[in-house]
Amino acid sequence: MTGPMLLTATTFLPLIGALLIVAVRVTAGANAASAASKIIAVLATLATLVVSLIALSQFDASKVGYQLVDYAPWFGGSSYKLGVDGLAISLVVLTTALMPLCILQSIKSIEDRLGEYMICFLVLETLMIGVFCALDLVLFYVLFEGGLIPMFLMIGIWGGKNRLYASFKFFLYTLLGSLLLLAALVYMSIVAGTTDVPTLQAGLHPETGALLFPPEVQTWLWLAFFASFAVKLPMWPVHTWLPDAHVEAPTAGSVVLAAVLLKMGGYGFLRFSLPMFPEASLLFQPLMFALSVIAIVYASLVAFRQTDIKKLVAYSSVAHMGFVTLGIFSFNEAGIQGAIFQMISHGVISGALFFCVGVIYDRMHTREISFYGGLVHRMPVYAALFMLFSMANVGLPGTSGFVGEILTMVGAFQANTWAAAGAALGVIFSAVYMLTLYRRTVFGEMTNEKLFDIKDVTALEFFILGLLAIFALGLGVFPSIVFDLTETSTTEVLRMIGQ
Amino acid sequence: MDFLADISNALPEAILAGFGLAGLLIGAIGGDRISGLLRLLAALALAVAAASSFWQFGKGEAVAAFASAELAPEGLYRATLFTLFAKGVTYSLAALALFMSGGFLKTAQMERYEYPLLVTFGSLGAGMMLSANDLMTLYVGIETLSLSSYVLAAFKRDSVKSAEAGLKYFVLGALASGLLLYGSALIYGFSGGTGYAAIAAAPTSVGLVFGLVFLICGLAFKASAAPFHIWTPDVYEGAPAPVVAFFSTAPKIAAVGLLAHVLFTAFGTHETSWQQIIAIIAALSMLIGAFGALMQNSIKRILAYSSISNVGFALIGIAAGADIGAASVLVYMTLYVVATLGLFGGVLALRRGGKAIDQISDLNGLAKTKPGIALGLLVLIFSVAGIPPAAGFWGKLQVFTAGIEGGLLWLVIVGCVASVVSLGYYLRLVWAMFMKPAGEPMDKTDFSIGAIVAVTALLMFPVLTIAIQFLLEMAARAAGG
Repeated sequence: MTGPMLLTATTFLPLIGALLIVAVRVTAGANAASAASKIIAVLATLATLVVSLIALSQFDASKVGYQLVDYAPWFGGSSYKLGVDGLAISLVVLTTALMPLCILQSIKSIEDRLGEYMICFLVLETLMIGVFCALDLVLFYVLFEGGLIPMFLMIGIWGGKNRLYASFKFFLYTLLGSLLLLAALVYMSIVAGTTDVPTLQAGLHPETGALLFPPEVQTWLWLAFFASFAVKLPMWPVHTWLPDAHVEAPTAGSVVLAAVLLKMGGYGFLRFSLPMFPEASLLFQPLMFALSVIAIVYASLVAFRQTDIKKLVAYSSVAHMGFVTLGIFSFNEAGIQGAIFQMISHGVISGALFFCVGVIYDRMHTREISFYGGLVHRMPVYAALFMLFSMANVGLPGTSGFVGEILTMVGAFQANTWAAAGAALGVIFSAVYMLTLYRRTVFGEMTNEKLFDIKDVTALEFFILGLLAIFALGLGVFPSIVFDLTETSTTEVLRMIGQ
Repeated sequence: MDFLADISNALPEAILAGFGLAGLLIGAIGGDRISGLLRLLAALALAVAAASSFWQFGKGEAVAAFASAELAPEGLYRATLFTLFAKGVTYSLAALALFMSGGFLKTAQMERYEYPLLVTFGSLGAGMMLSANDLMTLYVGIETLSLSSYVLAAFKRDSVKSAEAGLKYFVLGALASGLLLYGSALIYGFSGGTGYAAIAAAPTSVGLVFGLVFLICGLAFKASAAPFHIWTPDVYEGAPAPVVAFFSTAPKIAAVGLLAHVLFTAFGTHETSWQQIIAIIAALSMLIGAFGALMQNSIKRILAYSSISNVGFALIGIAAGADIGAASVLVYMTLYVVATLGLFGGVLALRRGGKAIDQISDLNGLAKTKPGIALGLLVLIFSVAGIPPAAGFWGKLQVFTAGIEGGLLWLVIVGCVASVVSLGYYLRLVWAMFMKPAGEPMDKTDFSIGAIVAVTALLMFPVLTIAIQFLLEMAARAAGG
């Protein structure tokens, strides 16, 4: 194997942690495993974070192309190839930074089979980081689809009442999409003789130099990739698995789902669909605009009618992912930069919102909006933090949500005024449902007796939410942290689609 | 060619036949008391046969035997690299299936000396039919396998279900043999020979195609491909578990390998005549296997439908044609049968009061009561389902590649749909093991079975996930020769 091995280490450190827990589980039994898993999981995720930060420090944002490439031959035209550009490394760091927080939260709130839970979580982390680093289509697919297994187990074992339905729906929906991607992938590997991502992005046959995929073929391949990424993102009308999965998943599972797994869809569009099938991407721009605007408006309206807090946040995720696709398919710098920023910002904000829901769920074991009310009287700190994230979700200036939404809309305006106008409606709607949620749960008189002795956030919860608040505000005030990283990859994507 | 040279060329089969005959003698003298010893010896003989097949494979050229100048100039027996590889896998799996059946046979009071010998003779038949270079040899091989299988299915003599399984298998199997013979007769009539070379040299005619259709029907029955699959769930359900572990592994890869081999060599020049038939059989098998199991509650029936579906996937590789698909069939079937062996190992490992479990609900809470077995089964289930990163995915990738390269995109899309549908029942198994509260405690697991589950699971992930190049190279070599 050749390469600096930094990405390999980032990817596989969590897996090593998982194997350690397995070893403890096998040799010393379930109780010892759940005790040891706390320490091992925290250490493994922290170590991963440190290594990913080292990788970030080695990363030169001004250079074009993939960096820190690790390479080993595998089989046929496929290889084990990891590498990152600005887009990938920012998502990797988002993942590694959120993971320790998820682990800390889970230690408190998961009571049953903690050892197994941590194994699932760490395996999932490996697969997620790998997806963002993979520079080989087959490797990408293996990790992409492999992620279904730990997530299925997590929803199924540690989920809520209706977890059977939610976990099956999650698995089967996502699988159908990704199998079409598999068929396309197989076709591409036959035509090109390789599954190397940079080669396929160049679009020319590595030996003959002929154009790999003529426009009419691109159309079909694009649709196959679209099927997979649209389900994952999720886009309207294939979003229905998401609210179910979110509602049933344990808190940390929801956080990971919203913050990282959904980003794989947007990442997929930017990494594969646009560079590899530029003509088809241009062709389908109107479709994508229409679906994005529908997602934004429709999901916002549906969110307004929800009675379950988690479902509301889930639908708001669908709406915010609409901004991502809108920005990506604007095909200009503002749009794509905005989409990437929106992905990162949504990762922080929606993650934080799910943590917020987790805080009161852990205390009251219900997520009914009508159950709550007047929380501000007993939980002032919580109310303040929840307020901050609600405002960030609405897109208040000064928070990261604002930057992402304004940029994607600027991008969309340059491409299509109507689409941008539709999306702007979504911003208003998001204020409507978020403020309503906040008013009904936090403000008002506390009438429900069961709430009377509810406690404010603990030190750990304060730490987690406070850290995320710093991220949300910091990215809102200094968005250039992300833009500097992703600028080169954005111009590269634009160059590849000829804009 | 003199007799000794013939025997040494047919070494794997000679070993098995020799051991089988000697075993009959020993068994007749020693009786059921030495059945345990015979079982180990038979497993050893099968392992040696497997090793010698792989050794011949390693020498890199086809071996022929029993030639006669006028009737069969190329030999009645001819093992190409393709069939040598298939035989090696077949014998290895038969050996392992026999190795892990001990504990079950003991508790089910089925320790009779005929058992290991029937498995030996069945494997011998499987090897013979793979090595056939003539429709007559093929028929004799198939019948040797089938007759052993009928008896094995009914081996639990005092169980009505087992007897029913044996009878059903026999009646339907006899029908399939009849079809096969009738097809062979037609082929002989229209091509003027029963040797593969003579058939390949003959011009395509309506009569030959007629014979070919009958032949395919007969072979599809043996491979349990739809629409000739009806016997499979009933036989799997009724027959004793270790017997099903044997049925679903060694003869399965032999039957699919045989179908591929006959079509590629004898009918290679008539490819356009059978390609469509195989494609349709593949589509039907995948769909029936996927939908059929959704409403089942018996694990053995589910695994029966899963095998129907998986054979359908392997047939995509055959339908793609010899040049493109041969290697993918071997890769797919090898990964499938190894994972299936592990799955049946799990079924054998889980016993309550000496009785093998059968319902999905019997798996409830396995992750708590037997976490090691549950983890192994998790890997194996996802491997059989073809979900990465388990190695079974590589098989799917290979046959899909062959299918698309062979212009059968529609078949690949049917395969995608079938995969998703079949996940419906694979996930039910996972659900029962990991998400249901635990039931009554299970008996202790035999070491041999635990080892088989562990080894097959580790092979499926991570060993072959990473080192798949090895298997691909072997299969490519087998297909090239």
